[in-house]
Amino acid sequence: MIRSELIQKIAEENPHLFQRDVEKIVNTIFEEITNAMARGDRVELRGFGAFSVKKREARIGRNPRTGETVPVEEKYVPFFKTGKLLRDRLNGK
Amino acid sequence: MSDKTLTRMDLSEAIFREVGLSRNDSSQLVESVLQHMSDALVSGEQVKISSFGTFSVREKSARVGRNPKTGEEVPINPRRVLTFRPSHLMKDRVASGPEG
Repeated sequence: MIRSELIQKIAEENPHLFQRDVEKIVNTIFEEITNAMARGDRVELRGFGAFSVKKREARIGRNPRTGETVPVEEKYVPFFKTGKLLRDRLNGK
Repeated sequence: MSDKTLTRMDLSEAIFREVGLSRNDSSQLVESVLQHMSDALVSGEQVKISSFGTFSVREKSARVGRNPKTGEEVPINPRRVLTFRPSHLMKDRVASGPEG
């Protein structure tokens, strides 16, 4: 399923809404989650999962081709943990 | 790190603000978006949201695990796990951290 298919499904279920509003609704949800993570916040959606940000410390990396060492700066990476309900549903419980 | 946690309520508040739907309708729409994504994943489908990321279901085969406390061997049944791969856009926006 891709974004446009998700929008389509929501539009079909909500014939009283304009297509452009449905698009805005779906886009707003994903933008809010991304914005929260960019601020370093967590987004917890019970039953579905939780988005959070993890810190990766600075380290000395290595160019795998040349073997040369390169400093890698500290950075933050997005992380998702599946919620219990969805995890159970994936396994037919 | 600001360490704030957003919930469904914050997402529906954003819809209320951005689209002008009632709070009640907004929260129902958040719910149906999550429901459709979950249903697709449970049916084994991948969910690919451009510029956000991709959720995919992976099959894990059975293996023998070990209780780290007792050292006891326990069988781990085959199972399906969900993985999320963030888009480049999300990675770039998150990378610099809360101050960036």
